[in-house]
Amino acid sequence: MLSQFANPARFMSLSAWAAPVLALLAVALFAIGVPWALLLSPSDYQQGETVRIMYVHVPAAWWSLAVYAIMGAASFVGLVWRHVLADIAARAAAPIGATFAGLCLLTGSLWGAPTWGTWWEWDGRLTSMLVLFVIYLGYIALWSSIEDEEKAARLAAILCLVGLVNLPVVKFSVDWWSTLHQPASVFRAEGSAVHPDMLGPLMIMAGAYGALFGALLMMSMRAAIFRRRVEAARARIGAP
Amino acid sequence: MRAVFETFRRDFALMWNGGGGALAPLGFFLGATSLVPLAMGSDRALLAAAGPPLVWIAAALAVLATLERLFQADLEDGSLDQMLLSPTPLEALVLAKGAALWCAVGLPLALAGAPAAIALQAPAAHVPVIVISLALGMAAFIAIGLVGAAVTAGVRRGGVLIALIVLPFFAPPIIFGAAVAQGEAVAGAMAILGGCALGALALGPIAAAAALRLQAE
Repeated sequence: MLSQFANPARFMSLSAWAAPVLALLAVALFAIGVPWALLLSPSDYQQGETVRIMYVHVPAAWWSLAVYAIMGAASFVGLVWRHVLADIAARAAAPIGATFAGLCLLTGSLWGAPTWGTWWEWDGRLTSMLVLFVIYLGYIALWSSIEDEEKAARLAAILCLVGLVNLPVVKFSVDWWSTLHQPASVFRAEGSAVHPDMLGPLMIMAGAYGALFGALLMMSMRAAIFRRRVEAARARIGAP
Repeated sequence: MRAVFETFRRDFALMWNGGGGALAPLGFFLGATSLVPLAMGSDRALLAAAGPPLVWIAAALAVLATLERLFQADLEDGSLDQMLLSPTPLEALVLAKGAALWCAVGLPLALAGAPAAIALQAPAAHVPVIVISLALGMAAFIAIGLVGAAVTAGVRRGGVLIALIVLPFFAPPIIFGAAVAQGEAVAGAMAILGGCALGALALGPIAAAAALRLQAE
């Protein structure tokens, strides 16, 4: 089934309508989620209004991990089956994932200042998240410093797969070192510890981030494919 | 097996003698650690708390500085093509190069950690553990560094790029190594440090060899 989507021509015709649909979906979900999360949802009995930062912070954190996992899968496919589309997907996803990771760190810091009384703490979760952010930067830098695009794709894929070791560290850091960051509250065996009034807007925001990621990824991949086509055409007619 | 030994011998000789030799990273390490009391002031209590972890930072940076040319020279002069032609798996040859780097640079750095830690007011009783932990940590750093050096072998002036790629992966050995250096939960931290080193040694050469095969294409 995967090979159906692996054809660049088919991807282009699919993404031509899928990217705008996802973008519209993202806009719609943000239109519901942002007012719900930032205005209508209840404030926390201890944290007060600062709890609203969570609706920006938590989806960014989830998706920064998910995007890296997707990049890892795409890198694997690119390395094993040498598929161009997988290389393009991994490359296009990296800046988006890096932005999510940076947003997660930034909002976490803004939330930590009033709530924990510190902008930054060298806690296991915060440190491993910072490591994830730097791995994203290294991946982007490696890709842009190698001129041969195919070679850059393979080498960056190896680096991406090596970086996967950090993902479980981020996920389980709160269980291994129970320091400052709270443990998992939404996805756990005993069910969510978050009140439904807050879980609703959180999930809508998470969906909005996901749709935004999908739309940006497809648009970025389309741009990369168009650029390659232009370069191929120029090479054919012998233009500089 | 013979190819592995010869690679080790050649690389060890090159690192020990060529281009400043093994003394260059050692001098860097001692120079960097001697700047610490100049920057922090020579207050004994402050140094005793912050000094030993700074020994670890200096050692990590010293080994980082040796990585840039590790595979670049082989790529340029064709040694890498010879390694690929050899019936010996490239992974084993990469591991031999890493072992040579550990013997020529890693072990001397770990030993130099003793005077550096004493100068930074580490309690004398901690010094043997610091040296052992540094030796383990160097193995982890080098095994991780093999990957960074391999993926950037084709990049001119890739020094900063290697640092950006490799430094986040240095975090686990640094965390547990510095815990050993400060004398907290020594046995547990040392065990995890050993685990980091073994894991990196198992995976690093495989990833580095995969990258080098691409570099030679």
